Amino acid sequence: MDWLDNGLALSLVVFLPVVGAGIVLAIPKAQEAALKWTALIVSLVTLALAVVLAVQFDYSAADTYQFGTAIDTPWIEAINAHFHIAVDGISLPLVVLAAFITVLVIIYSWNHWPEPHNPKLLLAFVLILATGMTGTFVALDLVLFFLFFEVVLLPMYFMIGIWGDRGIRDVPIFGWKMEMRLYASLKFFVFTLFGSAFMLLGFLALYFRSGDTLGYNSFSMIELSEIGAAGAFTGTFAFLVFLGLFLGFAVKVPMWPVHTWLPDAHTAAPTIGSVILAAILLKLGTYGFVRIALPILPDEAVSWAPFIGVLSVIGIIYGSLACLAQTDMKRLIAYSSVGHMGFVMLGIATLTDVGINAAIIGMVAHGLITGLLFFIAGSMAHRFHTRDMNRLGGTMALMPKMGVLLGFAAMASLGLPALAGFWGEFMALMASFNPLEAIGADSMFRVFMVIGAIGTVLTAGYMLYMLRSVNFGEPAEEWVGQEFHDVETSEWLAWAPLVLGTIAIGVFPKIVFGATNDAVVSLVKSAFGG
Amino acid sequence: MPSLDYHALLPAIILAVTVIATLVVDLVTTRKSLAAITAMVGMFAALVPVLTLAFCDSLEFCTSTGDRMLFGGSYVVDGYALVLQGIFIFAGFTTLLLSIGYLETDRYYEGEYYFLIVSAVLGAVVMASSRDFISMIVALEVVSGSGFLLAGWRKGDPKSNEASLKFFIIGVLALALMLFGVSLVYGLTGTQVFSEIAAAASGVSDVPLFALGVIFILLGLGFKVSAVPFHFWTPDVYEGSPVPVTAWLSVGSQGAGFVGLLSVCYLAFPTVTDVWGPVMWVVAALSMTVGNVVAIKQTNVIRLLGFSSIAQGGFMLAPFGAAAASGADLGQAFGATVTYMVIYAAMNLGAFAVAIVIGSRLGSYELEDWGGLYRYAPGIALTLAVFFMSLAGIPPLGGWFAKFAVFTATIGVGSWWGYSIAIVASINAVIAFVYYAKVVKSAFFDPMPEGLDVGSLEGSALPSPIGFAIGVTTAAVLVMGVFPGLVANLGSFSSEIFAAIGL
Repeated sequence: MDWLDNGLALSLVVFLPVVGAGIVLAIPKAQEAALKWTALIVSLVTLALAVVLAVQFDYSAADTYQFGTAIDTPWIEAINAHFHIAVDGISLPLVVLAAFITVLVIIYSWNHWPEPHNPKLLLAFVLILATGMTGTFVALDLVLFFLFFEVVLLPMYFMIGIWGDRGIRDVPIFGWKMEMRLYASLKFFVFTLFGSAFMLLGFLALYFRSGDTLGYNSFSMIELSEIGAAGAFTGTFAFLVFLGLFLGFAVKVPMWPVHTWLPDAHTAAPTIGSVILAAILLKLGTYGFVRIALPILPDEAVSWAPFIGVLSVIGIIYGSLACLAQTDMKRLIAYSSVGHMGFVMLGIATLTDVGINAAIIGMVAHGLITGLLFFIAGSMAHRFHTRDMNRLGGTMALMPKMGVLLGFAAMASLGLPALAGFWGEFMALMASFNPLEAIGADSMFRVFMVIGAIGTVLTAGYMLYMLRSVNFGEPAEEWVGQEFHDVETSEWLAWAPLVLGTIAIGVFPKIVFGATNDAVVSLVKSAFGG
Repeated sequence: MPSLDYHALLPAIILAVTVIATLVVDLVTTRKSLAAITAMVGMFAALVPVLTLAFCDSLEFCTSTGDRMLFGGSYVVDGYALVLQGIFIFAGFTTLLLSIGYLETDRYYEGEYYFLIVSAVLGAVVMASSRDFISMIVALEVVSGSGFLLAGWRKGDPKSNEASLKFFIIGVLALALMLFGVSLVYGLTGTQVFSEIAAAASGVSDVPLFALGVIFILLGLGFKVSAVPFHFWTPDVYEGSPVPVTAWLSVGSQGAGFVGLLSVCYLAFPTVTDVWGPVMWVVAALSMTVGNVVAIKQTNVIRLLGFSSIAQGGFMLAPFGAAAASGADLGQAFGATVTYMVIYAAMNLGAFAVAIVIGSRLGSYELEDWGGLYRYAPGIALTLAVFFMSLAGIPPLGGWFAKFAVFTATIGVGSWWGYSIAIVASINAVIAFVYYAKVVKSAFFDPMPEGLDVGSLEGSALPSPIGFAIGVTTAAVLVMGVFPGLVANLGSFSSEIFAAIGL
């Protein structure tokens, strides 16, 4: 079909939300119903389009870019940057995930407005975020990628800053006392900006160096990957560029030790902010590694792999141990993200098709499961007005349905087989047993595998610790005799798809692998010849 | 008598006529708004020949094409000059829009005010076309002279008096330094026309006095663009001046200084880059860093914008330093600075416009009084966020491309002079975010200050001139952010002159 092949459909998936945001901003503040319905309809149409793309996608050619705009669609001619977007097997699942989460977040918001009440602004930010997220996944031009990568920052900054946690906290080193939301929003922004500034320098360095091989300077990821695989970028130059890209992506993932913005941002953000952060924004970093850093600088990726592997397993262990020390439920879930993203990065560090497949399914699974966990944590905090696990307890008795859902999400998160979380962890460990030969550090990666396996045990430990504190036991005295309404309609509508998705991917991982496998195999083959 | 290309001179002629007309109108009528209207109409009319000159190739009546050289190469109308003339007229027009409501708030002289603004714009427009030292210095002093008077316009306020005096003394000092430098260069090369100096310079570049002359000229211009370490006057002058004048100083007056730097560095001294390149590198790095670090501490929005303009000036200088110090092709650096100036003009004028609206409604430019702005004035708060985040360089707002152009130019140099300043610039981009975010934080995250009478502030209508200015600048910032190709072409357009002078 024409509108699919000429990139129109994909452009709509990217830009409909921001158009929706414009409409939302034009509707008067008082007409809340109109605001909500506009946002919901826009996000549903976007999701429907994304699903159409997923159905029409030619899975037998998943390693080629499909539904794209022409590679030379002009954008900034002076620097040879193009508006080139397309999906392949690697980005398709993430595009669908982003559109899907956006819908769920809007449904959940229906009657969960964080204070201060301002649906108009909040919905506009959610929709702008949607454009930034999908745009990052489909951009095939480095400048375009950078633009989308950064577009998500401002809405999230405002989300945390306006609707975030108003508790006071001490700021280490500076000795200030600051509201949580102010501290977290600034920290989130400064960390990410710092990383992405160096990422941009890396992009520009690639742009200028590409002229030596191509005869003209190019920002095209496809062209850069081709000449990168042919060995155009080497030596100190490649090392520094990889360093720049690494800083940009690692902060976003986040990898230990630049993860410290994450627990603060997640904890301070309003529920839907945490969900979007965990489910999608973190994936921009891992996606950047897979799409940009690995194919364009394969030799550097090989020499950096052990280092990335070390940071990943430190992240796994550190995240898990930190979880065990938490009393704040949201903070615990936030630290669990550090651990889970550690598995994703470990998969990527093996530089094998198994490992990268594991990373992508891990990304999708983490999006579904941690999204659900943050939703539930938010709803519980909404009811109990606390996230302190010492005070919570006996949820199974007070709100049985909520308790069951939390139990399900926790089980999925700790990697129970037949649920989505299993595949990413299992395959990442499997891949570490047999990493790319060129790395030449098999025994080192086997140590990573063992440490990672210990990490899964710790994951089970802290998830069960959370369940014990929150779900089981007798309700604390302060809750006895109070009425708690169990899971309500908007919550069911927002959560059920996540539960179903978790089960579906757990039982039929082919839903994801079917799209990713060919693309990953071809990526690994062209970059590393494996 | 040689025939003159009146078409090429038309923008300056129209402005000169407007200068006189504004004074006359002020003289014969008591309705001061007529003087403002005269000034605006004249300014608008001056934009027309700028456009016809720019698109001369595609116009029927326009017979001569290509660059126009007048007065033996002293006054040149080329792509670079036209882009900047356009910016200056736009900046002057916007300043008038900002001034109209502002002047009515207190007992100010009005007619003379508009007269001085138009004079300053005239100076800046001539500046963009000047290609020798005499006409450049005359033009620059027309800009500065008007600025000295305008800075003291709030005559009842000691701060304004201080601003005017400080600006005057520093301005005269800068002029003296520059004239001394020019006399040295003239003595050694025997000419004061840029293109002839460029040809003669390599012969005398070993003479220490010549290097001294170059450095003195750059020092003088360094004061004009408030580059560190010649920036001390800037925050005080900005804070003391009437705010619309500050807006003009930070875009028009500083811009004229930058035009001087661009012309002198690239057109007069392109063959002696080893003399001024490293100096520019240091000045750029210092301006960015000092401007940004000091800005973090500011609590007054206007002072904050003052330091911000110092830092932004550093970004504009960065490509100079990188390209010249490593002796690379200057064309791209030149284009990057021009691109930066175009985007900066729109976003900084917008930031001042919003600041004036908020400041005059609340009667304060202190950040703590701006708390909770978005609750009672959501539209204004959003535009405030747009402009300050654009200044911070956050996509998809215009400022990102300005920064991007600078990064491209510095990295493109391909030497450590370029890489190192790019790294300094990227760290500074992060620091800059901290204080721009402070303004946004006040408006969006902080509670309203106690005792604020929201009822009197809510829904009070925006004065239409300033509302128009905000609308135009917002649109410009958004369009340039999403379709940066529009301004990127301006940058490359201006670098054509390098082909013309054979570099």
